[in-house]
Amino acid sequence: MAEKTMVEAVRDALSDEMRRDERVFVLGEDVGGGGVFRATEGLRDEFGEDRCMDTPLAEATIVGASIGASINGLLPVAEIQFADFIHPAFDQIVSEAARLHYRSNGAWSCPITVRTPYGAGVHGGPYHSQSIEAFYAHVPGLKVICVASPYDAKGLLKSAIRDPNPVMFLEHKKAYRLFREEVPDEDYTIPIGVAATKREGDGMTLVTYGLMTRYSLEAAEEVRGDDGISVEVIDLRTVSPWDKDCVLESVRKTGKALIVYEDNISGGFGAEVAATIAQEAFDFLDGPVTRIASPDVPLAPYSGVLEEQILPNPQKIAAGIRKLAAY
Amino acid sequence: MTYTLTLPEVGETVTEGTIEKWLKAPGDKVAKYEPIVEVNTDKVNVELPSPVSGTVVAILVAEGETVAIGAGLCTIDQVAGETPAEIAPAAPSEEPKPAKAPAAAAPQERADRGGPGRATPRVRRVAGELGVDLARITGSGPGGRIIEDDVRAFAEGAPAASEAGEDEEAVPVSGIRRTIARRMSESAFTAPHAWLVVEADVSGLVELRAAEREAFRERTGVDLTYLPFAAHAVSQALPDHPYLNASWAEERIILKKRVNLGVAVATDRGLLVPVIKDADRLSVAALAQAMSELGGKARDNKLQLDDVQGGTFTLDNTGAFGSVVSMPIVNLGQAAIISFEAITRRPAVAEDGAIVARDVVNLCLSFDHRILDGHQAGAFLADVKSRLEAFAPGSDLD
Amino acid sequence: MVSVSDVPGAQGLSENQLRELYYEMFLARSVGERARMLSRMGKGPFAVTGEGHEAAQVGTAYAMTPGKDWALTYYRDLGVALTLGMTPRDLLLAHLARAESIESGGRNMPSHFSSVDLHIVSGSAPVSTQVPHAVGIALASKLRGLDEVAVVYFGDGGASVGDVHESMNFAGVHKLAVIFVCENNQYAISVPASKQAAVTDLSIRAQGYGFPGVTVDGNDVLAVYSVAKEAVGRARNGDGPTFIEAKTYRLVPHTSDDDDSRYRSREEVAEWAKKGPLVRFAAWLEENGVVSKDEIGETEAKAMAEIDAATEYAEAAPAPDPATAMRHVFVEEE
Repeated sequence: MAEKTMVEAVRDALSDEMRRDERVFVLGEDVGGGGVFRATEGLRDEFGEDRCMDTPLAEATIVGASIGASINGLLPVAEIQFADFIHPAFDQIVSEAARLHYRSNGAWSCPITVRTPYGAGVHGGPYHSQSIEAFYAHVPGLKVICVASPYDAKGLLKSAIRDPNPVMFLEHKKAYRLFREEVPDEDYTIPIGVAATKREGDGMTLVTYGLMTRYSLEAAEEVRGDDGISVEVIDLRTVSPWDKDCVLESVRKTGKALIVYEDNISGGFGAEVAATIAQEAFDFLDGPVTRIASPDVPLAPYSGVLEEQILPNPQKIAAGIRKLAAY
Repeated sequence: MTYTLTLPEVGETVTEGTIEKWLKAPGDKVAKYEPIVEVNTDKVNVELPSPVSGTVVAILVAEGETVAIGAGLCTIDQVAGETPAEIAPAAPSEEPKPAKAPAAAAPQERADRGGPGRATPRVRRVAGELGVDLARITGSGPGGRIIEDDVRAFAEGAPAASEAGEDEEAVPVSGIRRTIARRMSESAFTAPHAWLVVEADVSGLVELRAAEREAFRERTGVDLTYLPFAAHAVSQALPDHPYLNASWAEERIILKKRVNLGVAVATDRGLLVPVIKDADRLSVAALAQAMSELGGKARDNKLQLDDVQGGTFTLDNTGAFGSVVSMPIVNLGQAAIISFEAITRRPAVAEDGAIVARDVVNLCLSFDHRILDGHQAGAFLADVKSRLEAFAPGSDLD
Repeated sequence: MVSVSDVPGAQGLSENQLRELYYEMFLARSVGERARMLSRMGKGPFAVTGEGHEAAQVGTAYAMTPGKDWALTYYRDLGVALTLGMTPRDLLLAHLARAESIESGGRNMPSHFSSVDLHIVSGSAPVSTQVPHAVGIALASKLRGLDEVAVVYFGDGGASVGDVHESMNFAGVHKLAVIFVCENNQYAISVPASKQAAVTDLSIRAQGYGFPGVTVDGNDVLAVYSVAKEAVGRARNGDGPTFIEAKTYRLVPHTSDDDDSRYRSREEVAEWAKKGPLVRFAAWLEENGVVSKDEIGETEAKAMAEIDAATEYAEAAPAPDPATAMRHVFVEEE
């Protein structure tokens, strides 16, 4: 057991899996030299440049070649340098990776992992700040994971690499070095599709994922002390398929549901969670199912003042909790 | 064996085709899969192959004619023993029909929430589970909302009320009982009731009825009681006293133009009030027959919804029980209710001071004091009284 | 009978192999015609076929080792699929969207060829998305120390797509065993080649990506075979990719929903039909004494019999069970 940052945890997961299974290999821009966030540091030295391969600057082909390599017996872990740059690969992800197994009636499969840093709050401007999980959570055949903590990152990345389906593994870049956490040295996995109740409570269910988990926990602590509101915080971790049972059970207990996500509010993944709760837990609701998210503004403006204005933070979340609690 | 070639669907969205050119004529031989006709469609020009081998018998559609998919084009005398590639038009490749929208969830039962106090879905569910009537609870939540604690407290606070103890019997509450309870409660607790009573001398009415009863029964089969006369007097008076034929609508008083008289009927299931529509247009005889019919239906449980809806004023025959004074409860949504008490023969003082025996009846009016005041109620009653007192032998029943 | 090894231009192929080439070409032509006919009869709402492309497809596929090498086809490549070992029955089952179709069990459109055993990767419709897959397959082959070759097909329109250029670049950088086969039939639906590319011979692009490109008469099956054989040899040897541009002509509309009279004359089509690949190869075979006219007739009858039997089988085969519609979204764990 050691205290690790999230980027260290990611690196450990990669090297563990590459040692464990010689079919696993990493490819992407700059990964050979360690990657712009240093997530692949040391891999080329240990495994050689064939297994930690620098590709040309061509996102569609990074993903497309990964698909091809997975068809021919390897387990590629592609890195897309920033989630904002993944869009050229959308066709390969949606038309090919997601559909190959279904369209071939189960004959072919596509065990690729696509890792990419996402998320705002680092003065990244409109092209180093985007949240992309909604696009891919919408597509049957893909799994989508959003991590923002070291323990979750290592366990889930291992699961993603071992999963025979295509997995989008989104790492919140602000969380890469934000804090340290105890992470086991030995092999462990976290199952995909299982949420984590990171704080128990009985007055309100707060469902969230990514960096908003940390902010939600802060807000929950604040309202407990100040206002005596008891908030249960659930971190989905896997956005698709998401842990409906865990969330619904909590809402049945508390009667109030608040969904917090960093992405633009309209059509963001939290809207799906909200709709499901409203439909399937209607008779247990004591208040309107409410979302807190960024407004519909391209994420995110470069100026710190503007960025702060837009993004959810612990104070905004606490205010939202209080308002729903008062209903 | 004769085979009919029909126009198949030759492309998505194609609905018809025009015969461009027949490649075979009657009498020609044709082989399976050999082109037999050229067809024009708005998407493609196609040569259609014959699905069977044989000899062409007859052309059914001439060159230049347009027909719909599935129409017969020609007949072929088919070669024996061959399996035809049967050209039944394939099911049109349409857009997959959108899955029917799932049946809308049954609208949440707007259970007896008559009184003030909203409740969220969660609270309604808990109330349902605990058998608590939300209408009985005052909410302590924001804006008077009923919260879960209210429901649970209520359920705990009144356990004995729903259970029968020793020397007691618990009778389940029927639908009618429950409705009466609800409506009477609401009327009693929301409309401020006031009461007036007048006495009417109906000696003439008593004689009239005695004289006409037999003939009436023979003529109509209906027993002539005093109630149709009361109904007649009330219905004739109401148009002159519009505030007695009205309802309270918070910001407005709605004056009803029609006189739909509800007549209370006691049945073994509970009090029912069938309504005689446009009672002011009916004669005593007509009213008697209408009452008989409705009363019968009520007792036989054959009333339709239309029979009990739309009432604007109610008449109650409490006299049938021997009552001489009542304080009836205004029928929810109306302005007033009148009861016709028992007719009693009493000593009265005549003009010249002599003591005489007269038939006297009390008319008791309860009214909603939000809508009208005593003087209007009094004027109405005076009108009804004078009409009743005007009945005498020789009065026209029709 | 002339010994075929003496026949100039036979490319080292035996008499049987030459006959086999003709059979596959004729089969491809006829399966295509049958598919379109079935569509006109109202069965199978959609047909896309490759009449005119037979030499380009059969010639290149014949240079591969089926089941070892990998084929990434596009929807016109029935000649490739048949030559590598898919059957008319396979193709017609797919055309009619039958449950037992190995292409997709009725889920994918027809002519999206697929066979795990034959290493024909399931095709899709977005143009040229398969090209990066070929790169990945060859990359894996290299990393695994295998000498498999990936042959990826696309049209002149498909050659314009970004994925193709990225793939050629990637394959060139990493010297991968990928053969890029462009079947240039002069049209991308209705857009003529002159509006598709600024150069006439697309093979010149390979130079920009660091490997050889060759333009060949795509209607001469032996010429195509010769070029393909050399490219496969290079790739297997670790000498990297080749771009083969096979100039050919599409004799039929783009698909069953296209009316090609809107963009080209009947005369143009008829001209090309006269010098089509089957006509030319049959003539060559007869001239060089490999087969007689009668033998050609027998070969064709045999192919038609196979196709008729396949048609009957496919028409009688059941449709997919609706209850299976939700399966295979994800890999079902045992």
